[in-house]
Order: sequence, then C-alpha cells, then structure tokens
Amino acid sequence: MKPPEHTATPGNDIADPVARPDAAAKCAGTARYLADLAVPGMLHARTVRSTRPRARITSRRLPPLPAGFFVVEARDIPGRNRIRMLDDDWPFFAEDIVNHIGEPILLVVGPEAEATAMIASRVIIEYEDLPPILSLDDALAGLAPPLYGEDNCFAEYSFHKGDLPQARRAARQMVKDGFSTGFQEHLYLEPQGVLAVPEAGRLTVYGSMQCPYYVKKAVEQAVGEGRHHVRIVQTVTGGAFGGKEDYPSLLAGQAAVAALKSGRPVRLVLDRTEDIAATTKRHPSRIDFTTFLDENDDLLGMDVDILLDGGAYSGLSSVVLQRAMFAASGVYRVPHLHVHGRVLATNQVPAGAFRGFGAPQAFFAIEMHLENIALRLGLDPLEYKLRHALRRGDRTCTDGLVRGAVRLPEMATRLCEAAGYPAKQAAYTAGQGRYRRGIGLSLCYHGCGFTGQGEELIQGTIALHKRADDAVEIRVAATEMGQGAQTVLPKIVAHSLGIPLDQIHYENPDTDIVPDSGPTVASRTTMIVGGLLREAALDLKRHWQSGRVMDIRRTYHHPPHIHWDQEHFRGDAYPEYAWGVNVVEVEVDLLTGLVRVIKIWAQFDVGAPMDERTLRGQMEGGIAQGLGYALWEKLEVDDGRVQQQRIRDYTIPTFMDMPPVESGSVYNPYEFGPFGAKGAGELTLVGVAPAVAAAVQQAIGCPVDMIPVTPEMILRRIRNRKHAKPDSEIPPESSPRSRSRADT
Amino acid sequence: MSNEENGNNISRRKFIKGVGVGIAGSCVLPSLEQSAIAQAKEGGDAVHGGKELLSLTVNGKPVRVLVEPRMTLAELLREKLQLTGTKIVCNQGACGGCTVLLDGHAVYSCHMLALDAAEREVTTIEGLMTGEELHPIQQAFVDKDGYQCGFCTPGQVMAAQALLLRHPRPTREQVLEGMSGNICRCAAYPKILESALAAAEKIRKS
Repeated sequence: MKPPEHTATPGNDIADPVARPDAAAKCAGTARYLADLAVPGMLHARTVRSTRPRARITSRRLPPLPAGFFVVEARDIPGRNRIRMLDDDWPFFAEDIVNHIGEPILLVVGPEAEATAMIASRVIIEYEDLPPILSLDDALAGLAPPLYGEDNCFAEYSFHKGDLPQARRAARQMVKDGFSTGFQEHLYLEPQGVLAVPEAGRLTVYGSMQCPYYVKKAVEQAVGEGRHHVRIVQTVTGGAFGGKEDYPSLLAGQAAVAALKSGRPVRLVLDRTEDIAATTKRHPSRIDFTTFLDENDDLLGMDVDILLDGGAYSGLSSVVLQRAMFAASGVYRVPHLHVHGRVLATNQVPAGAFRGFGAPQAFFAIEMHLENIALRLGLDPLEYKLRHALRRGDRTCTDGLVRGAVRLPEMATRLCEAAGYPAKQAAYTAGQGRYRRGIGLSLCYHGCGFTGQGEELIQGTIALHKRADDAVEIRVAATEMGQGAQTVLPKIVAHSLGIPLDQIHYENPDTDIVPDSGPTVASRTTMIVGGLLREAALDLKRHWQSGRVMDIRRTYHHPPHIHWDQEHFRGDAYPEYAWGVNVVEVEVDLLTGLVRVIKIWAQFDVGAPMDERTLRGQMEGGIAQGLGYALWEKLEVDDGRVQQQRIRDYTIPTFMDMPPVESGSVYNPYEFGPFGAKGAGELTLVGVAPAVAAAVQQAIGCPVDMIPVTPEMILRRIRNRKHAKPDSEIPPESSPRSRSRADT
Repeated sequence: MSNEENGNNISRRKFIKGVGVGIAGSCVLPSLEQSAIAQAKEGGDAVHGGKELLSLTVNGKPVRVLVEPRMTLAELLREKLQLTGTKIVCNQGACGGCTVLLDGHAVYSCHMLALDAAEREVTTIEGLMTGEELHPIQQAFVDKDGYQCGFCTPGQVMAAQALLLRHPRPTREQVLEGMSGNICRCAAYPKILESALAAAEKIRKS
C-alpha cells in the first residue's frame, strides 16, 4: 500500500520514531530560551499599560529618571506606529487613545530589571474615559461610537451554496440551535520575550516566536522601511500554540525602537500576569443555526450565522472568521447553505491565533447541532452523522471538490466499537443516582495549509544547502516550538535523499540565512514546507555531486487542480483536509457539578505520520488542550479586565486531570504531501469540545450549549430543570429540545 | 559570557554559544560581589547595603553570595549564579516550572526566599549531569520523548528525581501524585509518566 520510496533503507519506515534533535539540551536544562540570554550592556524594558478599556490619555507623568533610564513611546517610532498585519489598525504604542486594558502606552528602559519595573510602576497616566464597548452585546447594541470603521466590524462575509430559500420552502422540518464559546488563553509556559541588538548597519531581534518573517516586516515598519538591515533570529521557543504568531511582532517592534534609541541591546520579557492580561486569546463566539430537513429527515439546507468577538484590534481576525465559516457545516453534505459571519470590535484584549484558528468554535457548534437533530429525531447520533458525512467526490461548503478518500466511516465505526459507544449511548440516557455517565462523539476535519488564497499570496520558499562535506542544511523559516518540526522536516529530507539523518542540519531560523517559507501556522509545516523540501531533496539527489557545494530553492504553488475565488468564497478553501473522530466518556457528579473524564478515544487521518511518537505527542497534547477548552479553561473579561490573571486562576489540565487517551491514525496518503503527509497540529484539538459537551449533555439530561462546561453551569442547568414546569419543553430523557425548537 | 564587549558584530552562533559558556555548573561570582563579601567579612557584619551574606551549597559546591533579603531562590539561581536551567514560569508557586531539590526534597524555588536556603543543599537540573553525561532520569526523558517545548522539563525532571529518591519503585499512582505539582501545557503527561517509570527501572537495574 505504501509507495516504495517511502523508506530510505529497507525496514526503515519514515514513521518509525527517532531521537528528537532538541531532546538532550531540553532535558539537560541547557537549552537557552529568550529569558536565559544576556548580552553585554543589555538594558531591560518594562511596559506601562492602559488601566482603562477606552479612554483618551490626557497626561503622562514620569517620575524622575535616574541616569541611564529612559522611556520609549509612540513618538519615538521612526517608522510607522502600526504593526504590519492583515490590517493597519494596531499600534505598537497607544497614541492619544487607549482601546483595551493592558494596551502598551510606553516602555521604561534601564540597566536594572528591578529598578525599571519600579519606575514603570510610578508612571502616572491620566485619562478621560470614553464610552466603552465591553461585550458582544454592547457591540450589537451599537450605543457607543464604533472602535473600527463605521460599523465596528473588523470583517463581514457571507457565502451561498445551492438555493436556500428554495430549501426553506421544500423543508418538512426546521430546527434552530444556538451555541456560544469563551475565550481561551494559550498559556505557553515560556512567556513572550524578545531581545533587540543594534549592531553596525543592522538590527537583530532574537525572540520566542512562530513567524520570523512576520516579525521582520513588523520591525521594518517600526524602524522605517529600508533604513536598517533587520535580522530576526528565533530562539528556543517554549510553546506557542498560535499565541506567538501575532504578538511577537508587537514586542519586537517595541524592543527594536528602544534599542535604536539607546544604541544598546534591549530585552523585553513579559511577566506571567502581563502575558495573560495583554496578549491575544482565542475568539469568543456565538453561532446560530436554522436547519431544514426533508421528508427523510435528511439535511436539506442550513443557515449559519457566526459572530466572533475580536477585541480591540483586528489582528488576524478576518482569517480566523473565514476558517470558522468554512467549518460552519462541519464534515457534512448540505445541499443548500448560507453562511454569514462577522467579527466585531470590543474594548477587550485582542483576539488572535490559537491552535484551530476559528475551527474549534465552529466544530463545537455544528457537532452539537447535528447531535441535537439526531436526538430530536430519535436517531443514533453516530448513524445520523455518518449518513451525511462528506465522501470522496462530494462538494464542500464552498463547492470545493473532496478529492481524497474520506475514511471517517471506518474510523468512527472502529472507534465506537473500541469505546462501546452504541451500548453506552443507549444505556446512559436512562442514568440514575448522583453519578451519571455520558458518552459523546464528534467528527471533524481541519483544512491543511492556509485558508483560501493564503498559500498563493505567501508563496513559501525553502532552500537546501549542501555543504562540501555532503551534509545538508535545511533553510526554512519554520520554527520548532515543541511540536516536532526539527524532528519531522529532517526526516523528510533524509528519506528523500536516502542519507543518514545525522547528515541533515536544521537550526532555528535566522532571516539572514533562510528564505521566507511562510509562518509556522495553519497545519502547513509538514505538508507545505515539508512537501517543498521533499521536492528539493529529490532534485538534489538527481544532481548530487559528492564534495561539491550545492544550493536548491523551491517555491510553493498550488497543485494545478486547486481553484479558489476569494471574492465569492468559492472553490477549494484548502489544498487538502485532515480528518478526526473523537469519543469521550464522562461521569458527572450531579451534587457538585464536577465532570470526571473517564476516557478519550481518538482516530485521526493525517495522511501519513512522519514520526509516530511525535504524532502521539500532538494527539495527546491537542486532546488535552481541547479538554481544557471544553471543561476547565474559563477566562472572563469583566468591564474590560481579564479576571484570571494567574496560572492558579486559569486552570489548564494537570497530571491528575489527564484521562487515559487511546489514539491512533489511519494511513490515507495525500498525493501532494511529502510521503503522503497532511497536517496534524491543530486537528487534534478541534473535535474534542463537542464530544465532551455531548457526553455531559447526555449525563445531566440538560442541554449544553456553551463551553467551557463548568460545574456552576451544570448545577444551574440542573436547578433550572427541576424548577421547570411539568409541561416544559425539556423532556425527561436527554434530548435537548429546549434549544432545538422544532417547527413542522 | 563571551568576550564580545562591543556587541557590534555578534554572529548568531557565537551569541548562542557565548551565552552558554560559564553556565555549565561553575558559580563564578561577579568581582564586585566578591569584594563586597570581603568587605562584609572584614567588618564582621553580614549585612552590606541592605544585602545579606548567604552561604549554601549548590550542586555540591559551596556558594557565598550577597543577596537582598527579598530575593527568591529562583532569582538567586538564575540571576546571581547563572543557573538558567531553572525556569520561572508562573512566579507564584503554582506550576512547578522552577522545581529544585532542597536537601533532597522538591521545592518551588520561585516561592521561597534565597535566604531560607542558608546552609542547605540545593540541587538544580545542572547538578544532575555528570560532566557531559545525562543523569538516568534525563536520559529517560530523552528516550521516552517526555517533553515537547521543553520549558517545564527541568522542573519535571527535578520533580521526578525527588519522587524517585522517596520511592525508588514508584507505582503509576505515586508518579501521578508526586508529579502533580508540575504542569505541562504541551500535555506531554503520558510520556512524562512513562519517562519517570522508565527512569526508576533504569536506576534500579544499574
């Protein structure tokens, strides 16, 4: 089944685990993260932040600054005071207006970290408050002046498929559902940090980051295009999960300006509270469905409305919204579809990239919606879902063609057998007593590579450099942040060349050396960057001359069959799809509302694994973050202030919370991926929350329409049900009819 | 630190390497500190400029250093002794990232004052190595892939060391409980558990 070139040497499968090249330094404690670096003459920077959600700054009063200390603010920026992202609204430093609590106003910079922090705490900013927009409800009410544009909307899109009005007329039933999701904090354990070093003729910024070239462009814009040679070097990165896609651009710009102003190296490292309170989060969402069923109870049409809370600045919100919209109808065939989406501006911490990038919100909603429809119809959710799941040759929600085999039915069937899903699904509905069990299932996909036109815009370029000693250097901007890029990409090159792995070198990217292979995001590193590396390696192999220095470059272009119309959102939104199935069993204590996760079963189609053990890490890690998102990770913003500002208040899964996980993958190679590989990093998180929520919903016999499903929420639901009148819409069994209003 | 004083043309390799030099275990004190200690000794007074003289053992070596009373053990290790293997993650005693051994017991070094380690023996991740050779626990984490981003790893390794000192043959449950004060956002938990169990096995056999 596997292609012959799959192995470099007989019996040596690319999926066989290898020792990770970063292992020894990390386990020895000798890996140097940003805060471990110091250079001679280095200054320390500390940020003074807004304490108001929306206000005009009326004065800035500095304490007396000892010799050697100075401040850096908007007027010190030689270039443009805007972070270069998709849009142009986000300043490095607030000018006269602040738009969220935690927004940077100025840096205090000096030779001693502690004194710098002390001085920063004594800076007095005076404000004149402006009417803030503190929630999506505020934004919808439109009472305060807009934060962004005339309609306060960072992005608004819609797309159609088929003829929804006709489906509405032909429908036999209509089902409405609504869901909401909260913020999620990345909580990478290494806080954000950068170190800017001015050198003769150039400016180097070292930092913990995902996207060196995003940072380079942001710094160039801050210091003035073409005025300095800007070089970005990624340092060992202690976790990112999307949180170091956008924000390092801001920090690097600030530190770079401080370094230019002083002529000395400047280090800016956030403390934990700053990092939680001021850096980007996963977008909160509200997603509503109106779904039309035909005479066979099949999905005929669907009208989906997606609302995201983008916070104070646009950042990456427009693309997050697009990814959410392209997941609106999940893995299902819906002949007639209308999807409408908006991201609104609020005076809260900006929302940004987070593993899944809009998809976790959309999949929570669509999977719960299908679950609810099936239960309403008295059908088994698994059967109902599989009945509508996309197959090879079907059209996606944007009318793209599903080219690869879709192995969801066998994955789901195998998993449900292992988990005993059908029997438990039937038995748990009639649970009795204080402890109730529930079992839930979800199907999901994740589009691999950039959304829509992204890959064509970026045109990622990679290089291989063969040295005279026949060792080969991988030159890509892709970063190792724990996910295993430095394990997987060298394997792809070694297996393509048929040479030993230790002849391949791949250092953390330095923009003076590596071309722009694009950011390390969007589950694109293995499939897109790895695919280019494989092509280049095969080319190198063909022309290989021992002892000679050779250089090869490759630039990404979509395979010729991929077509995308960005204006109408029509065609192949992604080059390829990775698929997943999750089954979760829980036990809920009806007295305390606590949820115990008994076990998780998961199957993923990532094409072909490039390293079984690294993939296992991605599966277990993504599942744990999905569990946290579903159950424990509550981050509230009240009056514009993040309420959980410490690790002990924001509860991520610990050793004791981690349930047994039985996960695996199916082999389903993608023709244009290296050795058949697709993406794996985000997929593993995307489908967890709906499976958990469906299990809890069954256990408590009350609808679960929002995450995180906290004990407080569970107890509230149970109490409300008890107080409900006998003729309430909520039936005694688990069908969540209170939210699924049916009109025949 | 490397001797690149002007910082005008630090290559990346030199930069990273330079930062690594001098960190590998020896605790060289800045010369100012040395003379301050000397002065403090001569005056027969442990207090100097609001600082106090602290003596302790770090990774088997005696250390004498002047510290501000409010300095935490984690800050002492990282900033004064350049033992940056110990990470500060939450700085509030909530995550275990800064775990070191104090007289053989795991402590959160961000959550105790350096002065409270006076005359005691501190072991950090740097102290586990024998020269260039990894300690069996570190080697088990390498072999079992008991990490991803690596930032919590020094703390995890030290927690595992403390656990194995107490329970040379730990059960799964003892590992889970013994390590439960150390969080890992990559959630490498299953592999960390396997690493700790494998390390116990390896140490037992050797």
